[in-house]
Amino acid sequence: MSALPPYSSTAQITWYYAFRVICGLIFFFLIFPIIVIAPLSFNAENFFTFTPKMLALDPEGYSLKHYRDFFTNPDWQQALWNSVRIAPVATLLATAFGTLAAIGLSQSHVPFKSTIMAVLISPMIVPLIISAAGMYFFYSRIGLQGTYWGVVLAHAALGTPFVIITVTATLVGFDRSLTRAAANLGADPVRTFFKVQMPLILPGVVSGALFAFITSFDEVVVVLFLGSASQKTLPWQMFTGLREQISPTILAVATLMVAISIVLLTVLELLRRRSERLRGMSPG
Amino acid sequence: MSSATTDAAISATPDDGVVRAADGTPLKKSLARALRREKTRSFLLIAPLLLFILISFIAPIADMLFRSVENNIVEDTIPRTVEALKEWDPDSDELPSEDVFAALHADLEIAVKQRIHTRLGSRLNYEASGMSGLFRKTGRSVRRMDEGNYREQFIEADEDWGELETWRVIRRFSAPYTAGYFLNAVDAERTSEGIELKPENERIYLTLFNRTLVMSLAITLSCLLLGFPIAYLLAHLSLRTSNMLLILVLLPFWTSLLVRTSAWKVLLQQQGVINDFLVWIGLIDDANRLVMINNQTGTIIAMTHILLPFMILPLFSVMKTISPSYVRAAKSLGANDWTAFWRVYFPQTIPGIGAGAILVFILSIGYYITPELVGGTSGIFISNRIAYHISSSLNWGLAAALGTILLALVMLLFYVYDKIVGIDNVKLG
Repeated sequence: MSALPPYSSTAQITWYYAFRVICGLIFFFLIFPIIVIAPLSFNAENFFTFTPKMLALDPEGYSLKHYRDFFTNPDWQQALWNSVRIAPVATLLATAFGTLAAIGLSQSHVPFKSTIMAVLISPMIVPLIISAAGMYFFYSRIGLQGTYWGVVLAHAALGTPFVIITVTATLVGFDRSLTRAAANLGADPVRTFFKVQMPLILPGVVSGALFAFITSFDEVVVVLFLGSASQKTLPWQMFTGLREQISPTILAVATLMVAISIVLLTVLELLRRRSERLRGMSPG
Repeated sequence: MSSATTDAAISATPDDGVVRAADGTPLKKSLARALRREKTRSFLLIAPLLLFILISFIAPIADMLFRSVENNIVEDTIPRTVEALKEWDPDSDELPSEDVFAALHADLEIAVKQRIHTRLGSRLNYEASGMSGLFRKTGRSVRRMDEGNYREQFIEADEDWGELETWRVIRRFSAPYTAGYFLNAVDAERTSEGIELKPENERIYLTLFNRTLVMSLAITLSCLLLGFPIAYLLAHLSLRTSNMLLILVLLPFWTSLLVRTSAWKVLLQQQGVINDFLVWIGLIDDANRLVMINNQTGTIIAMTHILLPFMILPLFSVMKTISPSYVRAAKSLGANDWTAFWRVYFPQTIPGIGAGAILVFILSIGYYITPELVGGTSGIFISNRIAYHISSSLNWGLAAALGTILLALVMLLFYVYDKIVGIDNVKLG
């Protein structure tokens, strides 16, 4: 696919460019819906399409009113605050438990390793609606339904598989003689962990934490069932907004969330490169 | 350990051919001890999370499985009636004896006081319509009944008590466990002649399961169709370019699901961007704008977009490992471009196709949010029905039974995925 050899036939040349056009269209399909909401969110009217004024690039066609609405409307602000209150705590729980378990799992001679792994990964596999249904039934039995901690526990459970997977991946390239050397030089296990092992697996831990964060921050099905009105998160507010009266403020929120994803993606990419450098692999 | 004690240990040990560690214990024993210590340590590291997941996740799933067969409500609400009914033969043509009616009166008096008789009514209404009204109506008149001759009084309160079918339903569903929810979930019912399917036009759940599977298959196929060229392109470009283009795949992957769904809702609307564009270029008439939302088309388009990265990423990682020399060899042996691709390259991508297709299929059969928002009534999945039974109709047993069937389906598929790809090979980003 690299360069076209000089002896290519006309058919080959045609296909070469046709293939690129097809791929371009698919990339367009992938990226267009995400890009298009940004200009639409600056619409001065309450429409979901480009007004003639916007197409003429008339400054009057654009405004920040939907952003203003997001930052002043108490419903949206409450939702934002709830998301900010829930996601970090769930992330912290998932990352702490998940990292420890991944270290335990990476050791040799763990009995029932594959069974344990299957149980720990299961929150990622089971469809969200089933997790939500089960948690709704069970948490209302034990009085956690409709509480802050109920939502936090549920989100932490949903986030742990990602932490386990990313941390396990960094542990695969981990050189065990480093911890042995530390122990040999007199460091106790806790000190070995924080001074030797942790810095090396940190990229994996951080990217796992980011996955756990985005899982909780984006999650809507479980919170819809488990939460009460006072736990209404940002995705929940978007969901009700989309289902009932669709207001263009949603586009402003969506644009802000795309910006957040871009930041997260950049951080992750940087972490991946750092991790590969630390482990002595050539950067990809 | 000082050399003196080591010497002592060595000299103290008998020369019986057993290999010993420095402190004199047999090497086997000391190795087993070290192994045990290591096992305990790794288990202690895993234990907190295992416990956490068991309580916060596995227990809820187990609760759901249990609820799909649990049926204590009948026995708890009218215990004496259930006991007395055991004597009655449901196949006979006679109504239950006066004892049963007396027991029912005693039970209902207590139930009405606790206001739980209507809940029993709604429970039995899932099995035979009219039960809810029957219990509500009888509940009002039960306090005014005189002692003795309860049978006539009950039939006077509501003539349904004189119907054999009413008693048959109560007797059939008085056991603490029932398969009734599962039968409902596959559109079957237990009649006096045994288990049979409902008439064809009433089979809502089978239709929904069927639609969920067919649409998931359509979504998987379109993901494969769109994902294959992209993965191929990415695998054959220089690393620098492919890393750049990979960002275009990862950005949607990282963008919130609701953001993408709202984008599609905006684009596909009749007054939306796509229709406006098509009208503007004159492809369609302003009066005949395309209906692309609140139907199956909307669900398929939006979900293909959402799940496409899950197809591209596994395909890409498999294609990266395929050595270009195979295709070169095929061509040098005289194969044309198509033969070299189809007979040599394509078979090597099958593992990637399998992994991606199963992943996309598993994810799509359990989808809830996107079908709910862009699917209308014809584009919804079985999960939407589960949600409906939990939050609107409050038929939790049926929701649990539907959920159990869906879960079994996903587990089966996941088992296949594990056999093909391996659970440990799940990679992110």
